Amino acid sequence: MAKHHVSTTINGDPAEFLCDTQQTLLDCLRDELQMTGSKEGCASGDCGACSVMLNGRLVCACLVLGVEADGATIDTIEGVAQGDELHPLQKHFLDEAALQCGVCTPGFIVAAKALLEENPDPTETEVRYWLAGNLCRCTGYDKIIRAVMNAAAEMRGA
Amino acid sequence: MSFGGNVSEIQFATPQTVKEAVKCLAGAKGRAKVLAGGTDLLVQLRAGMVRPALIVDIKHIPELSAVKREDGGFRVGAAVSGAELGANKAFRKAWPGVLEGLELIGSTQIQGRASLGGNLCNGSPAADSVPGLIAAGATCKIAGPKGTREAKVEDVVAGPGKTTLKPGEFVVSFFLPKRPKHAGDAYLRMIPRTEMDIAVVGAAVSLEFDAKGVCTDARVSLGAVAPKALLVKAAGKALVGSKLDDDALEAMAAACRAACNPIDDKRGTIEYRTKVAGVLAKRAARIALERAQA
Repeated sequence: MAKHHVSTTINGDPAEFLCDTQQTLLDCLRDELQMTGSKEGCASGDCGACSVMLNGRLVCACLVLGVEADGATIDTIEGVAQGDELHPLQKHFLDEAALQCGVCTPGFIVAAKALLEENPDPTETEVRYWLAGNLCRCTGYDKIIRAVMNAAAEMRGA
Repeated sequence: MSFGGNVSEIQFATPQTVKEAVKCLAGAKGRAKVLAGGTDLLVQLRAGMVRPALIVDIKHIPELSAVKREDGGFRVGAAVSGAELGANKAFRKAWPGVLEGLELIGSTQIQGRASLGGNLCNGSPAADSVPGLIAAGATCKIAGPKGTREAKVEDVVAGPGKTTLKPGEFVVSFFLPKRPKHAGDAYLRMIPRTEMDIAVVGAAVSLEFDAKGVCTDARVSLGAVAPKALLVKAAGKALVGSKLDDDALEAMAAACRAACNPIDDKRGTIEYRTKVAGVLAKRAARIALERAQA
């Protein structure tokens, strides 16, 4: 069978790629489109390092087939900063030293951004539960949670 | 990267109607797998546990992705995600216990994709959304080469990883009946952590009461204590006619313990799972009662 020709919109721009049925959206982003910001941690939906938005919903790109992206809208970590201007979440992750090795960071930023769009003023508990599917083996999470709370405050103008 | 070596080509279909999907599945040259949210299927593909010749993505069929009112109750598409059903306020008001089960599955990311149909058809004894559906008295619409049929949710799973669906059949939607005035449901599960785990025991209770607060109907379902989720009829009977006093609750818990036939593993011994089933069922019944009174 010929490869699937997938037409999609990624970070607001039209994108096309070819893939086999069994290639995941994460495989397609990284290997076909060279968008390597989304990371592969577990490849089984447990760690959240590949978090992307699919038609406005937060998902693990490792649990989506690339061919399912046909006609869909995808938003990835590559679309979070506006040119050289970092998103408040990115700035606060740096300020709080909320990363060490950095493999989990794109997933945390994408997932936290989805939370703040839905709930601009979350409690710490809400942030922790929302991010329960994003694993970090370096920081111990406290710095990440602080960075998200600070970014939320800045974005609310508080 | 692909799913390991030596994977023969997998065909992919996106039918737009139930009829087309039935035709796709019937025409598969080899094993066909239905794709809803993919949160189990993609893991199984990657691990080499399944090697289908065809994957049929059912999410483009409007009926599979819709939540609608029907006969005063709800018709929920089998592929509707947890995030989507959770955003439906009328559904949350009518069936909070069903949502409790669905929303306990995985993380926010998993909720963006995971569905009631997928959770049921994956056939895990510990599936969190299944006891709530069974307690609710939900039925499902199944489509196949011989047309469509309705089945009780408790009759769909045969055992771990196995369903009673015949070749070419798939679940289209669930029907949850109209709620009377004084009714409530709840689901609780036991896990050793606070989040992101598989049930050691799950218990769902759905109750209906008359105006005097006497229980007129009760359905109790247990997960993870047998090869498939159980409808414990004797547990429900123990509550009917009572106002959920301690004696009635203990009789219900005893019926739950008697129904358990769990595995014995590092996550929970037979003795532990059996005891916890009774405790959780009591707690779930009390929450369902509070909701019925609200």
